[in-house]
Amino acid sequence: MKRFAGFVRKEFIHIFRDPLTMIILFVIPALMTLLFGFVITTELKDVRVAFLDLSRDEMTQKIADKISSSGFFMRAGDLENYGEIDGALRSQRVKVVIIFGEHFGRNLLSEGRATLHIVTDGSEPNVATQATSFISAIAADVNRELAGTAVTANLLVQPEVRMVYNPALKSQYMFVPGLITMIMILICALMTSITLTREKEFGTMEALLVSPLKPIQIIMGKVIPYFFLSLIDAVLIILLSRLVFGLEVKGSLFLLWLEVMLYILMSLSLGILISSVAKTMQQAIFITLVGGMLPTVLLSGFIFPVESMPGAYRWVSAVLPPRYFIVILKNIMIKGTGFLHVWKETLILFLFAVFFVVMSIRSFKVRLE
Amino acid sequence: MGKQAVITVRQLVKKFGAFTANDHLSFDVYEGEIFGFLGANGAGKTTAIRILSGLSQPTSGSVRVAGFDAAREPEKIKKNIGYMCQKFSLYEDLTVRENIMLYGGIYGMPKKVIRERCGELLDRLQFSAYGDRLIAGLPLGFRQKLAFSVAVLHQPRIVFLDEPTGGVDPVARRQFWELIYETAAAGITVFVTTHYMDEAEYCDRISIMSEGKIVAIGTPEELKSTWQAASVEEVFVKIARPQHVTI
Repeated sequence: MKRFAGFVRKEFIHIFRDPLTMIILFVIPALMTLLFGFVITTELKDVRVAFLDLSRDEMTQKIADKISSSGFFMRAGDLENYGEIDGALRSQRVKVVIIFGEHFGRNLLSEGRATLHIVTDGSEPNVATQATSFISAIAADVNRELAGTAVTANLLVQPEVRMVYNPALKSQYMFVPGLITMIMILICALMTSITLTREKEFGTMEALLVSPLKPIQIIMGKVIPYFFLSLIDAVLIILLSRLVFGLEVKGSLFLLWLEVMLYILMSLSLGILISSVAKTMQQAIFITLVGGMLPTVLLSGFIFPVESMPGAYRWVSAVLPPRYFIVILKNIMIKGTGFLHVWKETLILFLFAVFFVVMSIRSFKVRLE
Repeated sequence: MGKQAVITVRQLVKKFGAFTANDHLSFDVYEGEIFGFLGANGAGKTTAIRILSGLSQPTSGSVRVAGFDAAREPEKIKKNIGYMCQKFSLYEDLTVRENIMLYGGIYGMPKKVIRERCGELLDRLQFSAYGDRLIAGLPLGFRQKLAFSVAVLHQPRIVFLDEPTGGVDPVARRQFWELIYETAAAGITVFVTTHYMDEAEYCDRISIMSEGKIVAIGTPEELKSTWQAASVEEVFVKIARPQHVTI
């Protein structure tokens, strides 16, 4: 055990003395979080909006003026009927269509409620969500004004929101789960495979192998430091998204960390497996980036939703562990669901982890021959 | 020279598929001697040294190192040997002292003992001023001597040196061999492979391998008189170079 402790300490020294490793470990994840986050939360300004006003009364005019003069929206034209909505959105002339149904003002006065429909272009989810919430806020404003002045106190304008193309707005805050998924793979797989192949290149691996250290101890000595550093990175990303972008983890934190650890374990054993194939650091980097990072970014649902992929890509995506981890994170962090909703994905990740651990220990032994 | 054998190899065969890397090797290495293991590249030296140091399993035959069976007790062998390969096996981003502490720790030595020996070692090599320097900034000959000293830090019974002097100048090589003599004089058996035939002359006994077989074994003088050669190099050229190889 004492042998092992010294070996682990040495690994930490490697990490803390290498500026490049430190940058990859801590600066890049933080930068990426901020970068992705700010791309997502761009300021809303002059969003082109069209009105489909089937009522044309005082009340609809008033609300339309209020929206147009808010500074966030720009009136880009009026539509005559429902048939024009799709064309207007598709041609990119407008991002948002606001619909006042027939007899809007009359309904409001007689029944105390009227419905305002918002149709947005869900292919730009950030604009769509923000526009929706701004319009809802304006509607709420109108509500308050009505409540203050009108004789009947319970007049209500209720916005009813419908997004087209991407109804559930799946990529809202998707960048955080995706980023964690990507960075964990980057650090765990890339860093472990690099550090193991580096020992091979420098000839120190031979010295370790002829020493009384057991292969499993050599592997664990590499894995433990990166396990903890990856955990710290996960905390860093989640804290940053919370503090800077206000993304709160909705589900159980305990479950979240268990899943994160499972994923880290899987990625680490993948890194060990890569290192047993790669002979040099360059090879290790190449295999990890091309075989691990690219598919993760492109096919795991980080950037393009798995649902919208053509069949063949979906099959490739099915054998990528990050894909399942993204689903798990999305569920726990954004939807706030519990283990019952992610047990399938967890099981798949677990099987991947077992597979990689077994394979990497076997390949490590084979390499000794 | 004590006649106690610390390495006993009988009919060692190692095959990789159809290729036979070690073809029925049999030899003894005695306690405290410097044993030179010569052969052209690809003659099977590295394969043999890996088996002797417990890294690789023999296909057949019996190999005993420091009293343990290489096939069944490689872990016990590992505790009793030191090893240094061409690439030095020191960590460049660790200081001299950190490297010593690390390897001492890996071999299970108590911290106090490591510190004592670390001090002795640095004194003997006149390296005391460099204890806290990173290996990366030190000259090659310096690193080599240090790597060797680290390999025998835990006072093993045998130390394996796999082409330890590759790429250094003659002066540094001479100094390195002085270290080897000191080590052998202290009772540690030295098993060394080398390309340099002048180094072969420094060994107590040598064996020459060719195409997986040991073709000659004995003291340098014995070999020279048997093959009627003026130097080990001449012996080597006469017997070790396969006839069909053209350069």
